[in-house]
Formats: sequence, structure tokens, C-alpha cells
Amino acid sequence: MNQADKRNLEILACKARMGAIIGTFHAKSGHPGGSLSAADMFTYLYFKEMNVDPSNPSWEDRDRFVLSKGHCCPSLYAILALKGYFDWKELEVLRHVGAMLQGHPDMKGTPGIDMSSGSLGQGVSAACGMALAAKIDNKDYRVYTVLGDGECEEGEVWEAAMFAGHHNLDNLTVIVDCNGLQIDGTTEEVGGVEPLDTKFESFGFDTVIIDGHDFDAIEGAMAQAKASDKPFAIIMKTVKGKGVSFMENQVGWHGKATNAEEFEIAMAELKAQLAELEA
Amino acid sequence: MAEVITKATRVSFGEALSEMADSRPDIIVLDADLAAATNTAIFRDAHPDRFFDCGIAEANMIGVAAGLAASGKTPVAASFAMFATGRAFEQIRNSVAYPNLNVKIAGSHAGISTGEDGATHQCLEDIGIMRTIPGMVVINPADHWEMKAATKAAMDYNGPVYIRLGRLAVDSFNDPETYKFEWGKGITLREGSDITVIATGLCVLESLKAVDELIAEGKSVRLINIHTIKPIDREIVIKAAKETGRIITVEEHNIIGGLADAVCEVTSSECPVPVRRIGVNDEFGYSGPAKELLDIFGLTAPNIKKVILEELEK
Repeated sequence: MNQADKRNLEILACKARMGAIIGTFHAKSGHPGGSLSAADMFTYLYFKEMNVDPSNPSWEDRDRFVLSKGHCCPSLYAILALKGYFDWKELEVLRHVGAMLQGHPDMKGTPGIDMSSGSLGQGVSAACGMALAAKIDNKDYRVYTVLGDGECEEGEVWEAAMFAGHHNLDNLTVIVDCNGLQIDGTTEEVGGVEPLDTKFESFGFDTVIIDGHDFDAIEGAMAQAKASDKPFAIIMKTVKGKGVSFMENQVGWHGKATNAEEFEIAMAELKAQLAELEA
Repeated sequence: MAEVITKATRVSFGEALSEMADSRPDIIVLDADLAAATNTAIFRDAHPDRFFDCGIAEANMIGVAAGLAASGKTPVAASFAMFATGRAFEQIRNSVAYPNLNVKIAGSHAGISTGEDGATHQCLEDIGIMRTIPGMVVINPADHWEMKAATKAAMDYNGPVYIRLGRLAVDSFNDPETYKFEWGKGITLREGSDITVIATGLCVLESLKAVDELIAEGKSVRLINIHTIKPIDREIVIKAAKETGRIITVEEHNIIGGLADAVCEVTSSECPVPVRRIGVNDEFGYSGPAKELLDIFGLTAPNIKKVILEELEK
């Protein structure tokens, strides 16, 4: 990837992080930690990878995205706003009564959301259904889904993985946001979900492990996914809370919004990063 | 009198699906390793390119159905009622009903008449479970002709539907020449003014036998077949309450959550009358031949007749 493209993605990702902080601050709730760890992937998907049209969100030949870890929608919403699906100002009323942006993704009410999600384990099954529909219709659109590493403790994830492997859904790319933390502690302490790459391989996937904050690595993984004749799993190692110093690798920032003081600090840090990127 | 066809509603369902396949290329059928039992195998054998076995993984099957529906297909996801609505309840609630996706869920081997398999497979809660989900339509056809018509109507309807299928072969009582399935409308099978029996599923035929005996004995008993439990036909229930003053519900389901509650929800707000509930009295079943179990649990004509007489004497 050339430096200008990479810089552009880094700028967009930084703005997405700001959107997640702004949205959860105004909502006085929500999930900043995982929103920040997955922000680079959302940025790459919508600005580099997926064939979508914000002016026609239900275009039937579009690539599909399912946020299986639905609670990380604040930064996805920010990316969708940056992409032009809806106004950025919607983030300021995230989770408010009557707002378009729900606490977890709502496909009925939000342009650009391809599947309602939020109950962990379910999005990946829906992504399998979408990938199967493309196969039935001989269409070449691809389906992407992002899961949490903690989410992989859900049995349904492995039912879906078995289905994808058995039906050889090579148009499906599963991305696992491995930030290593879940509500009750580290994934190692709580669920023992690792190793994920060999698990997916045993279900019939090709896999790669990458740094989920490195756009060159993401680009390489996506190319591998498209070249593979099997369903593909990108195991991306990430930092929960990435970009906000006091949130990074802190379990406590899974599902808690900033207070006014923390909000100012977080935004100042992100603004400084943005200024540096734009310099 | 129309010819009597003795057939389980699961077979009628499988036949109806297969008959629709050519005119409806959007129909995709999923099963969870029970195609031979749910009779989606009839569709599978005729249209293998549009049938996908999801293996013994009901939660994923419902999610796959949701994804297919989100991509413009009309999927049918079939399993035993116990696993389709019990195991996968939350997938149905969050991945199908909340986004209002056009998924049809077929639950076979519903009720005590599942028989020898025993309590783990005799689903007595499915109507209640499905009825509590916003936007979910719940239908429970009574015989071959009704199931065929209901299946076609469900496939033509845009939105989530739960269809209850029975394992046991039952006699048809409807006349295909005159039968008309109307979405959400109960059917008055016998007019009467002293009491109303409201039945669903295979209990309709048993109620019909009981009511016909009583009519022959000079009693005035109304009989209503409710195939659409949600949305229930409020009008027919209110009219029965007002005109006959007393209702008996009959269902092969827990008396909690099913037809009885659906009827009481209408009468309690619109026209409170006594409602006697015939069903499984909040207990589990056990192994045994289906017909014996139906007798033991009081779901056949003799007990229905006895209860109607008790109520008439009050």
C-alpha cells in the first residue's frame, strides 16, 4: 500500500475512534474498548475492501458486512457516517430515545447495517446465510464478519464455522478481533478460547494471524482471503482501547463511557494523533 | 362428504412445500438432520439444489435462515418443535423476529402425540414461546387440507411465521372443495348457543367428534377451529363469549402459554366469561403410543365430551 493511501486510512481510523468516544460519551454508556480495537478493520473494510454504495445501501450485488460483536458498533457507526450513509451528528444521540443509532446494530433502522446483531455468536451464522445466498445465485459478492475473541466462546460460532467449512463458503471472510479481554477478565482467564487459528483450520478454514492495527498486514490478509478456495479467518491481534492511553488493555473499559474529564483527555489524545497524521 | 385422508400434517407440509417449489425459486429449505422426519425430504428429493442440511445445529440453522432472508430468499427452517423453538429461541427472537426477516420456522413432532420418544421430544411449550415474540405469526393447522393451504399462505406472507407440525397421522375432516384458509381467521365448524369449544391442531377433530355426539343428543354446542393462534381471531372469540357465555379450549400444549391463554387474553379484556382449559396441565409427558397418551392426557373425544357436559351443567 502506498504511503498516501495508508495515511488516509489512518486518518479515517482516528476519526472513527473519535466518533466512538463522542457517541459513547453522549450516550453515557456503550462499549469503547472493542470499538477502538476494531476501528482499523472497519476503516479498511469500508474504505478499501468492500464494494458498497452509500447512496444505495440495499444494492443487491453489494458486499455484505455483519458485525457479529454488535456491541462494538460505535466506531462502525462512525465509519458509516464518514462513508456517507448518514450524518455524523447521529453519533451525538447514539442510544437516545428515538435515535436512529441503537445500542446494538439495527438493520431496519440504520442505512448501511446489513444485519441486526448484538447477541454474541449470531452474526456469524447470518453471514453464512448471506454467503450461501451468493452461491445459490452465482453472484460474486463477498461477506465479511467481525467477531470478538471472547465471542468465540459461544458454541454457535463453531456451528457456523462447521457450516462454512462443510459448504465451502470461500466467499466468507471471518475476522476475529483478538484484543484478549472480555468483561470478567482476560480471555485466557475466563474462557480459554485460544488457539483460534488452528480451531478455524480444523473446521475447514484457511487462516492468517496479523497485527490488526497494521493496514499493510490487513491488506495482505484480505488478498489471501480472496485467493483462498476455502472460507478464510483473519485472526487479528489488537489492543483493546487502542488510541486512548488510559483505555488501552484495560478490562474496565469494555462497557463504560467516559465522564466529562476523561472525555476531554481522550479527545485531546485523538486530536493530537489526527494533527500528527494530517501534518 | 369428502374423502378422508389419513396423514400426518408434517407430510402435508412437506408436500405443499415441494408443490410450491417450481413457482417460487426464492424458497430455500433448511433442516437440522431431521429431513426424513419433518418431511422436508420431499422437497429435498425434488429440489436438491435448494435444500441445505445444516446438521444437528439448530441455532446456526436459524441464523443461516436469517442471512438468506436478508439476501432476498424465503427460507424455511425445519426441525422438531422442541429444538426449533426451544434450542434456537434466542436466534429466532434476535436474528429473525427483531429484524422482521421473512423466515418460516417449522416445528414438527409437536405435542404429546410425539409418543414413544418421551418427554424430551414432546414439545408442549412451542406455541407459548413463539407467541411471546413480537411480530411472530403462529399457525397450527388441524388436518391435511388445512396444512397444505396454511403452508402456501405462510410462504406468501412476508414476515416470520412459526408453523406447528404433528407426527401422528390424523384423519382429514375438511372438504377440499369448500375449504378456505383465511389468514388470522377462525373457522366455525358447528353452530351452537349454550357453550363454545375452541380447539386447535389435532384436537379439532377430537372436539368435532365430541361436539357431534352432543349435538345428536340435543345439545347446542359451538365449535371453532383456530389455526392461527397469533394473531388470534378476536372477533370470533368475542362473539362466542357474548353469544354462548362459556368457552372450553382444547389444545395439545401446556395449558400455560398456548391457545387457552390466547383466548383468555381476548375474553378477559373484551367479554369476561368462564374459560375451561383442556390441555396438558403444566407437566411433562412420558413415553407411550401417541393415541394412548392422547387418551391419558384427556385430549380425545370422550374426555372432551365429558368436560363439555360438566360445563353445560354449571
